[in-house]
Amino acid sequence: MTRYLRYLVPLAIFVVLVAFLYRGLSLDPKRVPSPLVGKPMPQFSLPRLKDPAATLSDADLRGKVSILNIWATWCVSCRAEHEVLLLLAKSGKVDIYGLNYKDERVKAKQWLAQLGDPYVANAFDEDGRTGIDWGVYGAPETFIMDREGVIRHKHIGPLTVDALNNEILPLIAELQSTP
Amino acid sequence: MAPELGNFALILGLCMSLVLSTFPLIGSINNTPGWVALARPAAWGQFFFVAISFAVLVNAFLVDDFSVLYVAQNGNTQLPLIYKVSAVWGAHEGSLLLWALILSGWTIAVSLFSRTLPPEVVARVLAVMGMVSIGFLSFLLFTSNPFDRVFPVPLEGGDLNPLLQDFGLAVHPPMLYMGYVGLSVAFSFALAALIGGKLDAAWARWSRPWTLIAWVFLTIGITLGSWWAYYELGWGGWWFWDPVENASFMPWLAATALIHSLAVTEKRGAFKRWTVLLALLAFSLSLLGTFLVRSGVLTSVHSFAADPARGLFILVFLCIVIGGSLSVYAWRAPDVTSGGKFDLFCRETLLLANNLLLVVITAFILLGTLAPLIYDAMGWGKISVGFPWFTTMFVIFTPFLIIIMGMGPLARWKKQDPGDLARQLRGALLLSIAAGVLFALPILHEGNIWAGLAVMLAVWLLSSVVLSLRQRWRYRKGIAGILKDFGSRGSNSYYGMIIAHLGVAVFAIGVTFVTQFDVEQDIRMSPGQTVALAGHTFRFDGARAIEGPNYRADQGTIRVFNSAGEEVAVLNPEKRTYLVQTRPMTEAGINPGFMRDIYVSLGETLGSGDWSLRLYYKPVVRWIWFGGILIAIGGLLAASDRRYRMDTVRAAAPVARTAAKQFAAESRT
Repeated sequence: MTRYLRYLVPLAIFVVLVAFLYRGLSLDPKRVPSPLVGKPMPQFSLPRLKDPAATLSDADLRGKVSILNIWATWCVSCRAEHEVLLLLAKSGKVDIYGLNYKDERVKAKQWLAQLGDPYVANAFDEDGRTGIDWGVYGAPETFIMDREGVIRHKHIGPLTVDALNNEILPLIAELQSTP
Repeated sequence: MAPELGNFALILGLCMSLVLSTFPLIGSINNTPGWVALARPAAWGQFFFVAISFAVLVNAFLVDDFSVLYVAQNGNTQLPLIYKVSAVWGAHEGSLLLWALILSGWTIAVSLFSRTLPPEVVARVLAVMGMVSIGFLSFLLFTSNPFDRVFPVPLEGGDLNPLLQDFGLAVHPPMLYMGYVGLSVAFSFALAALIGGKLDAAWARWSRPWTLIAWVFLTIGITLGSWWAYYELGWGGWWFWDPVENASFMPWLAATALIHSLAVTEKRGAFKRWTVLLALLAFSLSLLGTFLVRSGVLTSVHSFAADPARGLFILVFLCIVIGGSLSVYAWRAPDVTSGGKFDLFCRETLLLANNLLLVVITAFILLGTLAPLIYDAMGWGKISVGFPWFTTMFVIFTPFLIIIMGMGPLARWKKQDPGDLARQLRGALLLSIAAGVLFALPILHEGNIWAGLAVMLAVWLLSSVVLSLRQRWRYRKGIAGILKDFGSRGSNSYYGMIIAHLGVAVFAIGVTFVTQFDVEQDIRMSPGQTVALAGHTFRFDGARAIEGPNYRADQGTIRVFNSAGEEVAVLNPEKRTYLVQTRPMTEAGINPGFMRDIYVSLGETLGSGDWSLRLYYKPVVRWIWFGGILIAIGGLLAASDRRYRMDTVRAAAPVARTAAKQFAAESRT
């Protein structure tokens, strides 16, 4: 009997794989909202990217509508969304903060120098601990917080002009109009 | 009208694949020659109709027929001709149609070059390919029809993604698909052999050239993709471990294991079950890649528009094809006899060791790719897997892979005295360690341990190749024998192996050196300003606005001088804005060289004629793709071996006889 069982191993592995893939279909990373949506943002306090002596913490983001964008220089999609972030920053409608995730300080600073800097300030999350608190699935991700510091929206994957116009900007306008 | 014809042709193609996958298979089982004979005409019919359908779509792009939704989304009147054609496979529906066309093309190729195979074997192989084709054609027709109309008809199309408006990317998908789909031939041969219960040396011999050619296309496709990323994305990277890149790399690794394992099965009758499993695995991984790219379960830069209905369809299809084939494996494999006895240490075991390493690497890549999904599904939280995981894994396994690669070609089949092999390789070992130390310590260069390791492994491979050639030289009694031997049976596959192994050495050097020694600088430059980098002087001569056919661009001019003050290169990096999708694109300025690339990309304009620039000096980066090309050439040479072209029935006969003898011998024990 065991002689036959070992030839079932590949099939068994495949069945397990299919179970995960099936689950994955309903867990579409771009559609499913984060469990953090509707909850206060996780606390953090990290050195700033450009000025390691200073810190950036969740307190800096409170009291206004804010955006936290998780990015890294090793992330190709981050490069794709960078122009969109610049566009959003240029509109001046909202303060964009960055969480530079599992990156190297020198490379990240070069990136901003070359591509332009849409961020008010960046927190430097070298070991990714803060990223874990925020439930980062993979850069890029973008969180929108209201004045109370409650996460109202999470965008997974690169921001697009469409997403900006249809989701992000309307939400920001709505959040800013509520006192 | 024409799009409806295309749609209709597609439906007829599906009907043909239904015929192809049923009658010949049933006929081959209950011995009905008439039904078996249906295989070839059905294969031709399928190809004919799918080709018409494809031609209709190409034509729709050429005449800018924006009443077709897919053309309206991805075409544009201003597109240069070549990109009007390549726009056909620029998005989900069309690329799937290309996939179906290539699959029916491979089916035709099998039907053409199998005249000497037993008809029932051909019937089964073609039937299995027909089943795969049913899946893709119905996927097209039911979820992703490229001929859907749109009303009102837009005046202008949405344009092809500017990233794809590039020669490299125009040819990259067809090459890759040729590879993915080509693996279906090995898959079908394996499944047909399992169904027929004849897993012998002849089966391995028939599968080998097909597998090699598919593998060559896959190699070229991946190499092209990497080269494209390098010059088009504008930041000098060449591999990102993106899920979709992994999806192409995993079948390549499995196919690499397969071509080696097939060699053992053909020559020694051993590893049959393992070889069959690899053949199933290689194509299954191609299909899994399709699922990952098109279902949206993972985030990737390559993702097509995600649609859960499509995801579900492919998943069901995966279950049928992969689940079905693995079930057949579980059912038939226990009855397969393992042939050819061998010692604990010989060429067979070395090949098996590397086979296992390749499969382990594949498993780690699969795990890394799916880890975010698995974590999420288990409710363990969220993780992201990036460079560290994959790089660490690669650095751990590859050295062993290469060490064994060096030993394999020198070891004997069946029985090898380890001491004897050690004596042969003693010199090679000393030489490679010496070379490694030379680069690891600051003697020639700034010392670098990784460069030392890469040089050691490359020299090891190189000396093994030289030793193997010397062995052949002696065996063939000098140059006359070698020359006479050219083109004879087995000679092309031998030299193919030699070239491909050299390719791996070249690749390893390229990867390691460019990772360790590249120099880059981001800098703000005013016109006329110079900057020194890696022994060269870069002078920025300003940027000016230019107009392309469907884009506007700023084009910079950078002159590069060497230490003697001679001009080495004039580079013209561009920053383009395509008119329709208004997406900014960087076109790097590259001065290629065998020993180094000089690479400049244009950043942002900073006012008063100043620009931010990114300058790179990349030593031996081209060796990465040069290695890939060598590997592909080696594969092509091996596939052209004379013994695959000989009258296969006659050639297979003695093999079959020995296999039968082996079978008899084993059933006695």
